[in-house]
Order: sequence, then structure tokens, then C-alpha cells
Amino acid sequence: MTTNALRMDKPVEESLLDTGVQGIIGKGIERIDGPLKVAGQATYSAEYEFPDLAYGFLVRAPFAAGTITAIDAEGAKALPGVVDVVVDLKTFIRNPQQGGETGAPTQGVKDVAYFGEPVAIVVADSFEVARDAAQLVSIRYEPTAGVYTFDDHVDDAIKPPPGSMPPYHQQGDLEKAMAEAAFTVDNVWRTPSQNSAAMEPHASIAVWDDDGLTLYGSLQMPSSDKQQLAKSLGERQSKVRVVARYIGGGFGSKLGISPDTVATAIAAKAVGRPVKTVMTRQQVFDATVRRSNTQQRFRLAADAEGRLTGIGHETLCSNLPGEGYFEPAGQATQFLYGGENRIIKHDLVELNRTLSGSMRAPGEAVGLLAQENAMDELAEAIGIDPVELRRRNDPAKDPQKDVPYSTRSLTRCLDAGAKAFGWEQRNRTPGGRREGDWLIGQGMAATTRTNMLQPSEAQVSIGPDGRALVETDMTDIGTGTYTILAQIAGEILGLPVERVAVHLGDTNTPPGAGSGGSWGAGSSGSSVYLAAQALRDKLAKAMGVDADEMTLKDGHAIAGNRRVAIGELVGDGITATGSIEPGKQEQETTQASYGAHFCEVKVHAVTGEVRVTRWHATFEAGRILNRQTARSQCIGGIVFGIGTALTEELVHDDRDGRIVNHDLAEYHVPAHADIPPMDIVFLDDRDPHANPLQAKGIGELGIGGAGAAVTNAIYNATGVRVRDYPATLDKLLEGLPAV
Amino acid sequence: MQFTINGQPYQAEADIRTSLLDLLREHLSLTGSKKGCDHGQCGACTVLVNGRRINACLTLAVMHQDDDIVTIEGLGSPNKLHPLQAAFVKHDGFQCGYCTPGQICSAVGMLDEVEKGWPSHVSATLNDPDFTDEEIRERMSGNICRCSAYPNIVDAIREVADAREPVRAEAAE
Amino acid sequence: MKLFDYAKADSAETAAREGAVADTKFIAGGTNLLDLMKLQVETPARLVDISRLPLNDIEEVDGGGVRIGALVPNSDLAASPIIRERYEVLSRALLAGASGQLRNKASTGGNLLQRTRCYYFYETASRCNKRVPGSGCDAQQGFNRILAILGTSEHCIATHPSDMAVAMRALDATIVTLGSDGEKRRIAIGDFYRLPGDTPDVEHVLRPGELITHIELPAAPAGKQTYRKVRDRASYAFALVSVAGIVAVDGGKIASARLAFGGLGPMPWRDTAVENALVGQAPSDALFTQAADLLLRDARGFGSNDFKIPLARRTLIATLRELTA
Repeated sequence: MTTNALRMDKPVEESLLDTGVQGIIGKGIERIDGPLKVAGQATYSAEYEFPDLAYGFLVRAPFAAGTITAIDAEGAKALPGVVDVVVDLKTFIRNPQQGGETGAPTQGVKDVAYFGEPVAIVVADSFEVARDAAQLVSIRYEPTAGVYTFDDHVDDAIKPPPGSMPPYHQQGDLEKAMAEAAFTVDNVWRTPSQNSAAMEPHASIAVWDDDGLTLYGSLQMPSSDKQQLAKSLGERQSKVRVVARYIGGGFGSKLGISPDTVATAIAAKAVGRPVKTVMTRQQVFDATVRRSNTQQRFRLAADAEGRLTGIGHETLCSNLPGEGYFEPAGQATQFLYGGENRIIKHDLVELNRTLSGSMRAPGEAVGLLAQENAMDELAEAIGIDPVELRRRNDPAKDPQKDVPYSTRSLTRCLDAGAKAFGWEQRNRTPGGRREGDWLIGQGMAATTRTNMLQPSEAQVSIGPDGRALVETDMTDIGTGTYTILAQIAGEILGLPVERVAVHLGDTNTPPGAGSGGSWGAGSSGSSVYLAAQALRDKLAKAMGVDADEMTLKDGHAIAGNRRVAIGELVGDGITATGSIEPGKQEQETTQASYGAHFCEVKVHAVTGEVRVTRWHATFEAGRILNRQTARSQCIGGIVFGIGTALTEELVHDDRDGRIVNHDLAEYHVPAHADIPPMDIVFLDDRDPHANPLQAKGIGELGIGGAGAAVTNAIYNATGVRVRDYPATLDKLLEGLPAV
Repeated sequence: MQFTINGQPYQAEADIRTSLLDLLREHLSLTGSKKGCDHGQCGACTVLVNGRRINACLTLAVMHQDDDIVTIEGLGSPNKLHPLQAAFVKHDGFQCGYCTPGQICSAVGMLDEVEKGWPSHVSATLNDPDFTDEEIRERMSGNICRCSAYPNIVDAIREVADAREPVRAEAAE
Repeated sequence: MKLFDYAKADSAETAAREGAVADTKFIAGGTNLLDLMKLQVETPARLVDISRLPLNDIEEVDGGGVRIGALVPNSDLAASPIIRERYEVLSRALLAGASGQLRNKASTGGNLLQRTRCYYFYETASRCNKRVPGSGCDAQQGFNRILAILGTSEHCIATHPSDMAVAMRALDATIVTLGSDGEKRRIAIGDFYRLPGDTPDVEHVLRPGELITHIELPAAPAGKQTYRKVRDRASYAFALVSVAGIVAVDGGKIASARLAFGGLGPMPWRDTAVENALVGQAPSDALFTQAADLLLRDARGFGSNDFKIPLARRTLIATLRELTA
């Protein structure tokens, strides 16, 4: 079979997506999986049927730190309908794995490290019996000393190993820059733990047969998840298959395997039946993954004209003992603005709290709160417009790596956004605009998200019926992957999307990039591009012409005066594999998407309730592959940002680290009534350094800075600076007009 | 137990504790109704019982044997979508799709409530409130969408509501 | 959820008789009971299904009041023309609660009997005197953002979560019941709930098997009515503070005032001293401040709910301004 492989060592200056004439790329084509989803026919992980299916229910440790001495399951086993209570203290995983890792996560649950850690699984004939029996399992343990409070242990923070960025960076002399600056900002921001709260709880069905294990799981990255699962179980990779065709949201929480994945596989083997385990919502909160709380000291030094001379961003975050993952809050600080003197640091406080890991835009989502609030404070100190301050600090090249930006659109986004929003007309005096009981304010913030490319493969075939089939174990977690892959293949092969089928989420097909880090479209899309390019060459050969002498449109190949149905050129069918991997472009350029948020809020002058009333955002992310799904992604990110700004906070009880508000009644994600209409504009661009699509990541672009725009607007409305997120009404009361 | 769902008779042998939602999903292969929280805190399980939207997770199946139950599967199929289903596709009123059946069933019930003249928390007047977009947002707030397709959902519902009731639409914001 | 015996009641009388058997609960809408049973916070051995009893009517009664069947769904009550017309505060309170789906299922009687949303009540691995008498209270030293500042005891700081009941308290509702011995009782809402004291597990005065059949509202009081709810998101959240207010102004003076509060105490809160301080006085900010001081004279915060004291104060003052404007 033909493989068309590309390493991104050089820019791809000409894209087949520009020369294609099918005319579907970029269009806001309706999701091809839409009819299935709206009719309730898309199959999520817990919705596969098997005869003799048994139900698993995870048993939690109802304590936070201790060594298990015995698990008494007799009462549970005696309940009619219980098949077994499966205990495997050595093999159960303590916590989920981080995304993209190929090894097992921390394994073994004898030593419990956080409240709610799953330590056993009940298997029963029905869900109702399994749930009941789980409460009858009693766990005896020797308590051990746990570390629960963040504030009391910041002095014990450790330097974590490198993650998506180095934990420390220093250049120049920030202290000196601060001392010599005409204007400075030096404040501390705090953000709470958060949960992705995808609507579909984590779920697994494990089926063992002669070929090994098939795990139907709600997992974002099947190819690495398969490796993690195989390692955890001590099985060969060839014996494990992961299926994840539809995923009810992930936002990072399903990047790696979770406790239900391994427990269900072990249980299914033990009882000799397929087993299905769906986490309860409370278990999702307690035993999957949170975004770490952070404490961020952010410093800015500027000269008299508002040009930055120094930036300091020092972040403390938390994780379970031994887990090196840190929230890379300084990610965007590295390149968004200039300033030659810099300190970016991340330290980790080890706590007995639920694992922390990636949640939508790890780093930027919270780092840009501090940075973009700090910029607002600096603009005020200098007395210039916050948009103008950012324009003045848009550097010509990456201030840290000393390499060019692949493309740079910050100022264009700022200018276009300010104009569309009517930023010039705003009230500039904090607290100066009141309509009845409501104080009105406007705020803005910039956003950026690092563009990443991941190794990815896809196979594309054309059959004698002239229809194409795309296959990869890439996933669609709501991002629109099904649709954009069909658009890419269709554009290059001259097929309307109705004639392109896309099969995703099965590790029996080529390994895709998985959904995470906003790399899905660029990486997986490029692999489809490359496979389609190879097929295009084959079609040209069958036509007896060079590929660029041939036009593919509406299922036909056209060259010279000939027009032939594609199906007639492929014999029994043709197939090619596309394969992309990152190369030198990653080091030689700094690649990122950019945007600017502008919003209006009203704050109730009596109660401090905040309502977001208007939003405009302008984004640039290279080529937009589907205007509609791209817009939806951006709206989704902004709404996450609004939740971050106003309502979302996982509360840990200081006595044992447990998450007190572990349900959707008390962990407040935004509801319909919290969200205003959204005006989203994309600046068309191409980034040839990113990938052959010349497109950059968009899934996490919207969240960056969105929360800061809200709190900047709250400041404009009330004169109250909130640096302790979320900006719940209690934090505003004192600064509101007296009643 | 015997049920009439989407106009069809169904029979099931189920534990007395089985919720209406688990009956649909685990016993009757009607997995369109989703379980997001199992505690009435997300709305993904919304179905129509005797024409009214309810959370199927917070009611026992055994209590609904004589009721007329309609799920997302009863509204339309991929080849023959209900107008709201089609509008959700057109306006991209979903992303991951998991809350979507609940949103759509909820919207069907909600529009019916509007037709009956029921007010909402945001209605300026309790009698004959204008059906503004703000009303849609308030009335749909029992359906959480973490992908946050909210503005698109409002557009989808607005389009269907306007097609149904042009007079009220004129009063809309 | 524990296994339970299930029986459908064919009349209110049989329901009340069956309900008197130990460990029995009535189930109507089930929206709170099943929620708690799934977590084994509630573990009844028997459920008596009262959902099909004919207690669905809203009728006018002599003297200008209304009689509401205990099984009237919250949404029907909110939308009822009589309620909308005469008891706006009740309609508004209902519409401020929960979601459209929940209101379609939740019953009027059940709404009165909602259990607290205290995080530690809901978590069986926590100490909670309401759930397990004598076990302790993890809320007082823990996270208590949504918990009470008035009427608390050393054993419990839970809040009652209902919006509807707050309006009914302001409207002086009467709860009509049927006992297991067939006796009918009429209980003023002010006498219906109990402060936690040292028995926070006992929340009301209903006897075993005693079934709420109706709720009666006296003729609508004169004056402007409003329900103001302050919460952590715009919709679908419990109250941090709410005020049900009915105030009549005559000749530049407050002729009558009824004020009930949600989110502050273990029951829908009403303090006649506050109302008495207002009546006969000319509306003014100074007067409203005095009323707020009275309301909060014994208020006590427990850390994360301290803010409720200034919030309640501000909300009350603003509500009084609105009602007397």
C-alpha cells in the first residue's frame, strides 16, 4: 500500500486545499454526524449491547490517606444478583494517565492517596444491584498522614520535571527592570481547581475473546490509551483494541485511561462476561482529573511609553505525590508580548487531592487570566487604552526563543475586534455607567494558543462506486473531526461530503493524533490530506496525466477534453495511507493562533450578581476548515472562560482534600441563561509552517483570555479588581455602592 | 412491566429501583436519552411524559406504566428529522451531541409550555409574556451543554418557534 | 439505592394508613427523594406511591383564598391563572426554582418537604446530625457557602432549599393533612417547620403516616408582591439569599408588610419583629436599614457563608425600595 509521509521540516507554501475546486473547504457545512446525534442514534461508549452483559460499579475509599488492610465484600457478595466483587490492589490504577503517555499510570491502590479513590469493583446482573452492593463493601485501613492544604505547604513546593514546557525560564534581570521601570504591576492571582465536566461520564465496556480485549471507552486518544491499558494489564498491545466512535465531550478529562478503564477490563476477565461500568457524576469529580488550582505572581515592568521591559510569571500548582504534571500557566507568557527581562517559573505542591492534569487549554486558560488582568492594570497605571498597550508590545519575533513567528496576527485581531465591538465608545471611568440597578462595564483581553502538530496516520480509499472512505483511530469529541476530515478528503479528491465516509475511533485502523491540545484538525487533517494526495496521484496516473494537469470535481477526473468518473479509474479500489509528523518547523518558528475578546457585563449594584450581556471576538487560526464548527469551538471556549471567571470552583475540604461540591448542582458550569449571543469573526490567513492544511489549532483558543475580559469588564463596571477566581458576588459586595 | 413508548408497546423485567432513564437505556435499547448526572442536575435525560418534559433519571419506571412516553427516538430519525432536530443540525446546536437529545426533547416541551402561555422567571409580566430570546435561555436552563452550543441552540429553537408562531415572533427581541 | 417494597395508594386514607408503617416514605414527584435514595442518604424500606391520588386541583375557597392539592405540579401551580393573578409572589418563587423539567414533576407537598442541599448531608462519608443523629456536623468547620446564618444550632447549620415555601410563608399558608387515624389537621406554615436544636433530623411536625393533602392560602393580602432570588448563576441554582415580600403603602406610610427569606435559615424564615418595625412608618432608606439590622441581629456566619449577612441586608433593603416605590 502507498504511504505518503511528511515531516514538517519545511513550510508547505502551496496547499492542495487552495488548488482544489470542489469548493467545500472552509464552508460552514453541517456536521456529517449531525443527523445521528440529534436523533439519538450515535453510539457512545456505554451504548453497545452484548448478551450476558454484567454491570460494574466502582467502590471508593471513603477516606483520603491510608493503607488498606482488608476489604470485606461478604455482605455485598451475599446480595442476590451480585456476580462478584473484584479486588486487585496491585493492578488497579491509582489515578488516570496523562494524555499521550504510552506507559501505565501510577498503579496499585493499597495505599490510598485521595478521597474517593476507586479500590474495588462490584459486578452484578443489574446496575441497581451493583450500585447497592458497592455500599456494602467495607474497607478497613490504617490511616496515614495526608497533606491537604495548599496554603500551608507552598514552602514545600518542588520543581517539577519538564512538561509541555520547561518549568523554569530566566533571562536578563527582572528585579532590575522592575526597579528601573516607569510603571509596574506586581500582584498575585489565585485560580481554583476545576473539572472538565463533560456531559458524558467516563464509561467503559470490556469484552474479552480469543483475540484479546476490546474496550469501548470514552477516550480522546485511542492509540496511546490502548498502550496505557495494555501496559496496565500486562497484555501485549496486539491483544488490546480500543473503540471510541462517539465521545460525549472530554476537554482533557478523557485524554488518558481512567480507573474505570482498567477496573472494568480486570472485572470482565475475572467474571468471564462483558462488563459495563459508567462512573457516577460524583465519581467523575472525585476520581478522574481536575485542573489544578494555581497561585500566580505576575509582574510587569514598562517604560514611560508603555513598552514592556520585564515580565515575571511565577506559578504554584498542586498534584498528587509523584505525579510530575504541572499546570503550564506560563505557556503564553513565553511569546505573547515582548520584554527582555523574564522569569517564568512553575512549582508544584504535592497534595492528597484528586489527580490534576490537562483541562481545556492547560496553561493558557488560567495563565492568561493573570497576564491579561495584569495588562489591564498596567494600561490603567500608564493611562493608555488597553488595546493600545497590547499593540505597543506586539514583538517582531519570539522574545524568548529568538525565532520568527510563523505568522502573527495579534494586532490585526485587536484592531478588527475593537472596531466590530465599538470599543472606542466605551465609558472609561470605572463605576461610571449605571442603568437602574445595574452597573455596566466593558472589558477586553487578548488570547493565544500554541499550535502543535502530533504524529498522525490515516488511510483513505476510493471504491469502484466512486465513494471515499477515511479511516483512522482519531476521535471526534464534538470538535467536528468527522466533518472536516470529509471536507479535506472531498476537496482534494473532488467529492462532495456525501460521498466521503469517515470511520473514527477504532485502534484497528491507523493511529491518529487523538483529540487534545487543539492539534486534532491540523495533525489528523494533514494525514488525510497526504493520503488523499497520494490517491490523487494514482488517479492522475490512471488518467495518464500529471496530477496538476488534472482537475477533480463532483466525482469526476477532468484532464484535457476528458471527463471520467473517478470510480472508473480505481479498478477494485485504491488505498493510500498518509502520515504526518512534526519536524524542524516546530523549532524554527513560533506557531500560535491569536484572538481578541471584547465583552460587556452588567453587575447588580445591590447584590453583585454579574451577567455577561454582549461578546465579540476576532480570531486568526490560519485556514479555517469549517466556519460553522470553528465558530462553535470558539464559542465553547469562551463559555468555559465565562464559567472560569464567574462560577466554576471545585472546593476542597481542607480536612481531607475531598471535593465538597462534587456534582452538577453545586459545581456551577454556565447554564443557558448565563450566556449572551456571540459575535465571532475569523481573519482568513494561511500558516504554511504549521502543516499542509496551513491551519492552526482552534479548540482551545477561545478560552484563553475570555475570563480576563470578563473580570476586566467587572472592574470597568464597579472599580473592583478580582484576582481570586471565580468572581462570585461575595467578592464584589464590599466594593459596590452603599445601599 | 408494560409501557407505551413512542407509540409502541414494550415489556421489561426490571428491578423495582429502575429509573425511567435506565429502563429506556438498559432494558429497551432506547439509548437516545442520556445519563449525564443521574440526579436531575443536567437535563440530558429529558423525555416527554404525557406531553410534558421531565428528567427521566429522577422517576421510577414502575410509576409510568400507563403513561404516554416520547423519547428522542420518537421525534424523528436520521432520515426523517423532526423540525427541531433539523434546526439543531442547521445551526450547529450541539458539538459532542451528548446533551442534544435532552435539549431537543426539552425544547419540544418548552415550546408547548409557551403555547399554553406559561410565564417564566424572566417574564416581565406573568400574563402573556413576550417570547424573547431571553425567555428561551431561561426556559432551557435545565439543560446543561458543556460544549456550550447555547447561542446556536437558541438560534435553532428561535427558527422553529418563528415558523410555528409568526405573530409572537414579531414581539421577539 | 436500597431495595424497597413498593405500593400504589388508591386513596389518601390508605396512603396515610400505610405510611404509618415504620421506615415508609411517600413518593409523589420523587425528584428529591430518588436523588437522595441513589446516594443512600435516604434508605426507606417501603415506598407508598401517592402520585395518582386525586389531589390535583386548585380551587377557590370561601373567604377569597385558594386550596391547592398537594400533588399539583410546581409548574401548574406557577401557571395557574388564580395564582398568577392574586399570588404573584408564589408564582415568581416557583419559577425561580429548579428547571422546567423538575417543576413539571415536583409536587406542591413534596416541595415543602425538600431536604437540605448541605454538601455534608449529601455525602455519606461525612458526619451529619441530620442524616445520622449524633454523628456530628462537618459543615460548621467545613465549606458552608450555601448554609444558614439564622436559626442554626451547634448541631446543624443546614438551610431549607425551597423557593416556593418561602413565598408560602409570606402568604401565611396552612398545610392540611390527613393522619393515619383518619384525623384531619390544619397546620399554619409558621408552626410546620422545626428549628434544628439538638434534633436536626426532625424537620417538621408531621406524624408518621400523616399525609399532606392540601395547602390553603388565605385571601391575597393587599400590596405589591415580589420574589427576589440571588444565586450563583443566572438560573438553575439554589438561593444564596431570597426574599418574598408583600408590602402595602397607604397615605405615604407602610400599611402592612410580610417578608419571608430563603437561604438564610433551616426553614423559610420570617421574623414579625422586622415587619412590625416597618408598619406605620414612612418608607425610607433609614427605616429599611433598621429593618435589616433587626432581621440580622442574631445572624452568625461560619466562614464561607459570612457574606450572606451583608448580602441579605442589601437584598432586603433593595427589595423594600422596590416594594414601596
